[in-house]
Amino acid sequence: MPKLKVSLLTGRTINQGKGKEQGKLSEEYQNSVSICQMDPEDIKLLKVRENANVKVTTDFGSVIVKAVKSKRAPHSGVVFIPYGPWASVLANPKTHGTGMPSLKGEIAEIEPAITEKVLSLQELLRTCFRR
Amino acid sequence: MPVVSNVTCPVCGSFCDDIEITVKNDVIVKVKNACAMGEAKFLNYASHRQTKPLIRKNGELVEVSLKEAVQKAAEILASAKYPILYGWSNTSCEAIRVGLELAEEVGGVIDNTSTVCHGPSILSIQDIGISSCTLGQLRHRADLIFYWGSNPWSAHPRHIDRYTTFAEGRFQKSAWRGYLSRLTGILSKKRLHRAVNLGLGRQTPSPPETELRLPSTLLQNKRKMIVVDVRKTRSAEIADYFLQVKPNKDYELLQALRMLVRDEELDVDKVTGIPVETLEEIVEIMIGCELGILFFGLGLTMSQGKHRNIDAALSLVRDLNRRTKFLIMPMRGHFNVTGVNVVFTWQTGYPYAVDFSHGYPRYNPGETSVVDILCRGESDAALVVASDPVAHFPNVAAQKLVEKPLVVIDPQVTPTSIMADVVIPSAFVGIEVEGTAYRMDHVPLPLKKVVEPPTTCLSDKEVLQKILGEVRRLRRNHN
Amino acid sequence: MTQLIIKNGFVYDPLNGIDGEKMDIFTSNGRVVEKVAEKQAKVIDASGMIVMPGGVDIHCHIAGGEVNAGRLLRPEDHFRDVETKTPLTRSGVGRSIPSTFTTGYRYARMGYTTLMNPAMAALEARHTHEELNDTPMVDKATYPLLGDWWFVLEYLRDDMIEECAAHVSWMMTATKGYAIKIVNPGGLEAWGFGNNVRDLYDSVPHFNITPEEIIRGLCKVNKLLNMPHTIHVHTNNLGKPGNYLTALDTMKCVENLASEERPVIHITHCQFCAFKGSDWNTLKSGAEEISKYVNNHSHVTLDMGQVIFTDTTTMTADGPFQYILYQLSGNKWVNHDVETETSAGIVPFRYKRKSFVHATQWSIGLELALLVQDPWRIYLTTDHPNGGPFTSYPKIISWLMSQVAREKMLKKINKRARKNSLLPSIEREYSFYEMATITRAGQARALGLEQKGHLGLGADADIAIYNINPELVDASKKYKRVRDAFQEAAFTIKGGEIVVRDGQVVKSVSGKTFWVNPQVSSTADITSNMKRKFREYWTVEFENYPVPESYLGTSCSIPVEAKV
Repeated sequence: MPKLKVSLLTGRTINQGKGKEQGKLSEEYQNSVSICQMDPEDIKLLKVRENANVKVTTDFGSVIVKAVKSKRAPHSGVVFIPYGPWASVLANPKTHGTGMPSLKGEIAEIEPAITEKVLSLQELLRTCFRR
Repeated sequence: MPVVSNVTCPVCGSFCDDIEITVKNDVIVKVKNACAMGEAKFLNYASHRQTKPLIRKNGELVEVSLKEAVQKAAEILASAKYPILYGWSNTSCEAIRVGLELAEEVGGVIDNTSTVCHGPSILSIQDIGISSCTLGQLRHRADLIFYWGSNPWSAHPRHIDRYTTFAEGRFQKSAWRGYLSRLTGILSKKRLHRAVNLGLGRQTPSPPETELRLPSTLLQNKRKMIVVDVRKTRSAEIADYFLQVKPNKDYELLQALRMLVRDEELDVDKVTGIPVETLEEIVEIMIGCELGILFFGLGLTMSQGKHRNIDAALSLVRDLNRRTKFLIMPMRGHFNVTGVNVVFTWQTGYPYAVDFSHGYPRYNPGETSVVDILCRGESDAALVVASDPVAHFPNVAAQKLVEKPLVVIDPQVTPTSIMADVVIPSAFVGIEVEGTAYRMDHVPLPLKKVVEPPTTCLSDKEVLQKILGEVRRLRRNHN
Repeated sequence: MTQLIIKNGFVYDPLNGIDGEKMDIFTSNGRVVEKVAEKQAKVIDASGMIVMPGGVDIHCHIAGGEVNAGRLLRPEDHFRDVETKTPLTRSGVGRSIPSTFTTGYRYARMGYTTLMNPAMAALEARHTHEELNDTPMVDKATYPLLGDWWFVLEYLRDDMIEECAAHVSWMMTATKGYAIKIVNPGGLEAWGFGNNVRDLYDSVPHFNITPEEIIRGLCKVNKLLNMPHTIHVHTNNLGKPGNYLTALDTMKCVENLASEERPVIHITHCQFCAFKGSDWNTLKSGAEEISKYVNNHSHVTLDMGQVIFTDTTTMTADGPFQYILYQLSGNKWVNHDVETETSAGIVPFRYKRKSFVHATQWSIGLELALLVQDPWRIYLTTDHPNGGPFTSYPKIISWLMSQVAREKMLKKINKRARKNSLLPSIEREYSFYEMATITRAGQARALGLEQKGHLGLGADADIAIYNINPELVDASKKYKRVRDAFQEAAFTIKGGEIVVRDGQVVKSVSGKTFWVNPQVSSTADITSNMKRKFREYWTVEFENYPVPESYLGTSCSIPVEAKV
């Protein structure tokens, strides 16, 4: 199976901002932050279609999200996941003495995961925190 | 129907104060002037809501009386040796003041969301200083506007319109018209591109993003906007010029610009892929402006180098003041994250990561900051107010938070409140209760009350006062 | 209802002409009264001690955006000096820019009970008041910065004094302010584009008005509004060699606006604008010229702005001056320009004894206080924290009261500065009576605070008792003893309650906030005019600008009958 090594960015999007104000349990919110924006060329390299599920892995965790075409291409080798519980699974907690974890430019691996599903918020929390 | 005007918007750091809200039977039915995020909050804030206090019993959260919840919260905090009190940037200064008193009383660590946001910016300001202003100064005077590692179109949607490029000022006119013509250009280019692709039946590679020759609009004697980012954001599209920087290469680029401003030689041809000639032209424009402003976002503070990136940005702007007037401002995210730094600082001397375990304020980010404390597994309880660390902290840190007794005060249901041991739902400040908050440029404004809170929900301030009172009572009885 | 009898102290109450007389003071219900019954009262034995009205500080930066930016900028300042929480007091940090609680406690420990915060950006008034609310132990007030406000510049340019007065009155009420503060008039507007004005007669870019016109205009406005204090002026060219001429021009320009011997202008931290010489190398004291003028003209009051040899944090609304200070020192620099109103700057600074310039500044401050003959017209300040932190006031007291103390410091300073210093030629030593004048009575009078600065019947029962016996201690020789006594009051009484005992806080009280509420006839016109122009000038809505009275911890408005 094809695998890509990418640089993972996280950040705000207007949909995440809107979704968060509609409530963290709302579908809008969950849909807005369980995605991974990719360069269309990179999606092709993974040999999957747009909106297919992919698995993103860093040294700190691994999570299934939906691959969506970035409107900001080209940026091959760079993927973007909006702030939220999905991005946090992948985040590097090291602060290098600053108090601030590293949330942008982390090295990640990305691979197709067509048979796996994107967890709902509740399911994700249960897996992460066993509560 | 009653219309409440001049309402401040309790969402982002732009903290717009011109919102008009129509209320019918104590329900908000219409929102005017707000952006998509603001409107979403005012119209939907009540849709996923828990209004009764909860305590975890046998693994399940069950409804309890406020008294019981407050009692339990106080017991947790009073018996803890090193509790964390975290959040604060989405509540009022009045609540934060009580929070600080509570943190001092229980000898805990109080930290706010700037620790995972603009914390590095603050560390850097403490080393270098900052040449800044209120936003109106830019509206009236700025003719060169940089957004660096920040995407106001998405994160602060009205920022450009109210305060910078598109705002009408005394000495500077709005650049709205220029944008309109540029927009038409962009659209027709896209159309052309698509037509060519259709006609030839193939995809042509898109052109590189950073144009090496600067557009003529940058050289004209009028207001202009430059966006520097790792990807072409919505904000970049409306800018006069987009400078694409490779991920984690901001520091090099900033230092290169700084050397050019100081008339020092760069003995390379390119910096992070951008020819030095292009940088020289940009520096010319920076030096030649009447008043320049550099807004920076988390693109700088969160990427490699962290506060060193901000060091470079602050120093660049400081150096530019030898040649012209230049200012710089962090794009703060939450509506009161600036206020939380302000209140922390006047009461303790420090803006975040304040440790009261010795009986006096101590500050050492990296040691007394909440992510580090969690990762080291040192805290034995936590109070989270108006924030969602379970969703936004790196999972490793969030797990430590959830392992220990966790009290949450929040009007919203969040991943953090779902994981908590005690949940005290509060009223929405800025919608259901009043208060004070600080815009990103340190301008304090009133948070308004437009509708009544549910009868079971007190303000964050009142809940905290109750917990503080109960903690003091427990301690008195204990001694 | 607390009643107190302060027995047998040596009372210094200059406003009532009492000079060290041994007498009893009675308080009841927060006021000084004629007598209370001993049975119901708490008795303080003040024998062998000095009793004075509580200290009044006419100019100390203790609250608001600028001060807090200074706190944020200087964690290294706080690390060295902390206050631990006690059952009565909140914790905090100290040194040059103490946290709010610590500021209140430390002033009270020195016997100070009324503080004037001299620089408030009107747009950020809420911030200043929030901090004042968290500054315990003292009564307080704050001055809005109005010398570069676009409305003022425009109305004065168009010679519309009455309209200007009405708008200033609106601003005073909106910001809950106490006095008209003017900082480098015109210079701060110019600083918006990185420029400055050269002197009193330079035109302010884009506004076609001169600093002189601004000062004169606001001086007239001040009279029209019948404000309790005069205009409070930080001169143009502050901190520049040769600026004593600017200071003199500033005083002269309002000379003909004075009447009935009453002061019409206060020149603040005068040391910083009493520099003679053409550059730093030829710097000399201009104290002689300035004091000569002040001695011959009754329309001016001054405060010292004394420099202390220590590490401190400079902060003023004078953006261009702070930028120069940054360039001189190379230290970290904060700038904060405020739309349509003002600016601010902050630079940490260390005054060194061995520096020619700093030592000369130290000398100038003392020369001013000693050469100005009338203690009612010069007040003890450091422009806290600009010249040094307020906690060093007792040092200044000892220098003013003792030639020996001055000589001792003179020996330690830069040689050339010592050679130039006028101090060796000055024999004057302040008496306790004069000291009470420049630290409380004179300041209260200049501020028009009728309840403060004295111990006459009906005065606020704000009283400081210092453990020093003026009959036994020769202040001139035992200056260290004087310093220690003023550092830690034996008792501080605030509003009739004992709040400090032997230098320790024994009760925490919150204190009032004074603000001036001018009664003008044209309020409605002003409001509609302001409303109309508001969106053009600021980035906030008209309705969100004024600070409501409920915002103040304990509001105490002073209504004044305006002539407009």
